[in-house]
Amino acid sequence: MNTKRELTCIVCPIGCSLVAELCDGKVVSVTGNTCPRGKVYAETECVAPMRTITTTVKCKNGEMLPVKTATPIPKEKMAEAMEIINKANPDLPISVGDVIIESVFGSKIVAAKNLD
Amino acid sequence: MKDLVIIGGGPAGMSAAVAAYESGIRDILILERDNALGGILQQCIHNGFGLHKFGEELTGPEYAWRYEKKVRELGIPFELNTMVLDISEDKVITATSAEKGVFQIQARAVILAMGCRERAKGALNIAGARPAGIYSAGTAQKLVNMKGYMPGKKVVILGSGDIGLIMARRMTLEGAKVEAVCELMPYSGGLARNIEQCLNDFDIPLKLSHTVVKIHGKKRVEGVTIAKVDENRRPIPETMEFIECDTLLLSVGLIPENELSKCAGVDLDRITSGAVVDQDRQTSCEGVFACGNVLHVHDLVDFVSEEAEIAGKSAAAYINGVKGEKISVSLRTDGKIRYTVPQTITECKDISVYFRVADVYRNVKINVYSGDELIFSKKRPKVAPGEMESIKLACDKFKDASELMFKLEEV
Amino acid sequence: MYDVAVIGAGVVGGMIARELSRYDLKICILEKANDVAMGATKANSAIVHAGFDAKEGSLKAKLNVRGSEMMAEVAKELGVKYKNNGSIVIAFNDEDRKTIEGLLDRGNKNGVKGLEILEKDALKKLEPNISDNVICALYAPTGAIVCPYELTVAAIGNAMDNGAELIRNFEVKSIEETADGYRITADENSVDAKYVVNAAGLFSDEIAKMVGDDSFTINPRRGEYILLDKECGTLVNTTVFRTPSKMGKGILVSPTVDGNLLTGPTSVDIEDKEDNTTTPEGFDSIIKEANENVDGIPFNKTITSFCGLRATGSTGDFIINSPAKNFVNVAGIESPGLSASPAIAEYVRDILKELGITLIKKDSFNPNREPMHAFREASIDEKNEIIKNDSTYGRIICRCETVTEGEILKAIRTNPQPFDLDGVKRRTRAQMGRCQGGFCSPYIMELLSKELEIPFETITKSGCGSALITGKTK
Repeated sequence: MNTKRELTCIVCPIGCSLVAELCDGKVVSVTGNTCPRGKVYAETECVAPMRTITTTVKCKNGEMLPVKTATPIPKEKMAEAMEIINKANPDLPISVGDVIIESVFGSKIVAAKNLD
Repeated sequence: MKDLVIIGGGPAGMSAAVAAYESGIRDILILERDNALGGILQQCIHNGFGLHKFGEELTGPEYAWRYEKKVRELGIPFELNTMVLDISEDKVITATSAEKGVFQIQARAVILAMGCRERAKGALNIAGARPAGIYSAGTAQKLVNMKGYMPGKKVVILGSGDIGLIMARRMTLEGAKVEAVCELMPYSGGLARNIEQCLNDFDIPLKLSHTVVKIHGKKRVEGVTIAKVDENRRPIPETMEFIECDTLLLSVGLIPENELSKCAGVDLDRITSGAVVDQDRQTSCEGVFACGNVLHVHDLVDFVSEEAEIAGKSAAAYINGVKGEKISVSLRTDGKIRYTVPQTITECKDISVYFRVADVYRNVKINVYSGDELIFSKKRPKVAPGEMESIKLACDKFKDASELMFKLEEV
Repeated sequence: MYDVAVIGAGVVGGMIARELSRYDLKICILEKANDVAMGATKANSAIVHAGFDAKEGSLKAKLNVRGSEMMAEVAKELGVKYKNNGSIVIAFNDEDRKTIEGLLDRGNKNGVKGLEILEKDALKKLEPNISDNVICALYAPTGAIVCPYELTVAAIGNAMDNGAELIRNFEVKSIEETADGYRITADENSVDAKYVVNAAGLFSDEIAKMVGDDSFTINPRRGEYILLDKECGTLVNTTVFRTPSKMGKGILVSPTVDGNLLTGPTSVDIEDKEDNTTTPEGFDSIIKEANENVDGIPFNKTITSFCGLRATGSTGDFIINSPAKNFVNVAGIESPGLSASPAIAEYVRDILKELGITLIKKDSFNPNREPMHAFREASIDEKNEIIKNDSTYGRIICRCETVTEGEILKAIRTNPQPFDLDGVKRRTRAQMGRCQGGFCSPYIMELLSKELEIPFETITKSGCGSALITGKTK
């Protein structure tokens, strides 16, 4: 049986209201999107939702460094990911894009700021 | 004497500086009050910046770095930890810093890019004492993201502006429990995507048409009483509900910081609380330009950068004495559209007009009239106060007009 | 053993301590809060009343008129802002007119100088924004404004500079008579003093009971205020009172010495001596009455609202007496207490003298305290001289009120030192502007942390229990 699911697209600030039609747990159609990325978002969101995490880590000198997952990670892993990221304690200097942790649920954790 | 002094080294100031440089101006100085360039983006560590401008999702510090890098590469001079105290009508800037003391600079052109501040609790007249634990969302953001301290463990947020939503997620990720986000209006002031990924992802309730009527606690917040409000935004007593919490975050609006603009004698718009400007972002004072959140509060930094480029280029043209064909058109609105930026057109060129609406409207047309003549029309399925709109107007449409009327009309 | 212990570091306790510090006495000031000026002193109308309100012959009348005369000089010595802006009492009808004529008569009897009734035209010249419904007003040219906590900080700072000790977080729990005076005990420590002055404000009845005096009670009366942006401070020139009625003095509209516009207070008797909460009803009544008095008050420019508690005594007059050996009550000091405070200090000194205290003037007494607002008012050249020696004066911390790091550091290093965020606010005005500390409070916390050598996360808003930070993120 087909079911419908309403979503708000989070890909860009427009925030389109999407309707995904599912059949046996698979997305068969997406409406309401104004770009192709909306369709992809709905397809993933219904099956295996992914999120980018942005947070901070404490550097050895005590300064806070903003970091992010280079690619989205599974949504249900966010809390666990935070625990792992919070343990990082990098040394300076750091440049934007430097890898702080190699892999957290499939994503690199990268620096979002230069710190000397 | 400096050709161009830019007040503020945030996204607006940096973008204006780069644009002016690229238009041939070399004698530029950016004055920044904080200890780094980047302005408020420094503490906005979340992503979502730059999709429009760079085609990718950047965090605030990354977006700021893109511009800071350009400023550094071009060798545009900037002074940090420098606070401007006054701008005179003849463009003498008085500033102070620990290194230079109080000093004055005569500028040929000035770009105002001071940004905005958060509306404070005092303006809300919430009943109760004044305990610790009441923070504006931006102050909490600074403490959490820049300093690494938690301002509280159990949080209620008043106001659903984007900073409030972002902080709901941020505090949750750092281990706090966000009990609710209350919004006085029947709609959120924030972006739909932020309600989804900052509240819904964490099962944080968004209580529309709700406000905080009382703050409990003498030394530290111990809870708040919230209530639903009627259509006149007055609390309904029988809906009062106590929520235990140790922190109240306020995200109740942003106000352009125009104290310096007032010193310079710049005319301000009552609705935007920013300067009245023409298509070049020139204010009522010749040679004084404004851009970014000091002009009107933006949702997206990408549009701040865009606006600042206009101001930077125009300031360069002003300094170089370039003048176009003069016209005089004032832009008016019907109330459903609250304001436009620019408010006037003084030169015949194609322009973009930015504006906000007063309420949530569905299936409407944005219509622009010159007298009785409809010169522009655009359909929109939905418009909301939290989302800035823009349209492009070709100069041949308005070059003979004296007034353009912006209306929101039913389809 | 102290010669004198003053209980309460409000404006009254502060002025008394300062007066006594002229003499060769060992003085301590005992304060239950983390800072001075934390009770009724912190939140009131900030008015130096001319002295026409209090009933002729009363202690209130006598000390108000004398205190008001002294205030300009005291403020100058203490480096405190004081403005002789005058005050008016407005009449809306003939009944009000009769009342203000009565006040004129009473004021003359009390010895208030320069009182006159202004008819509408003259009044409009003095106060162009006064409501058209006002028919005339009593004008008191000697009325003035002062900042009550600035005055108190300065008085206590000056007393400390002259040898007095301030002991904070000392909540008096019991007072026992000893062989040569009293032992005053708080939770963990106690002090001995030959003479005790009870200037405990709202709690002065409870202190009096500790020495067996239950002749009076103090009943808290709530007063709520709304403070407006500096943009609005010139809406009125004088302090605008309504004609007093059985319901009280009503809502006033006044500039403050710092250039804001103050409206309030409400007047509601309550039970709880610590319930300084604002109420929706309070806001409504302030806005309604203030708008009746003065046209065009922009309440959308509200910066903050607050509530003070008046220490209203059960006798109707100030209660200044000695109910027990070498013990002086200074209680029921409600309005015009601020105005009267310098005179109260002299009066209490004289009572102590009668009780047998030895008063020998100290040659070393310095009545002056350096103004904390000097930098703000200096010329650019003067500022640069200061910055040359101390570059922290070049760095602005509070944008809205333009307060420099140097001024904040100076306040943190000056008697009586602030130990919390609100303490810095009251001394420097940093956090007191439009953004209410939104931008500068984290920086001020850093300065406090460095100067006091305590961890950032232990900085409080106003002492124990008011933690600002609940933990670290990592």
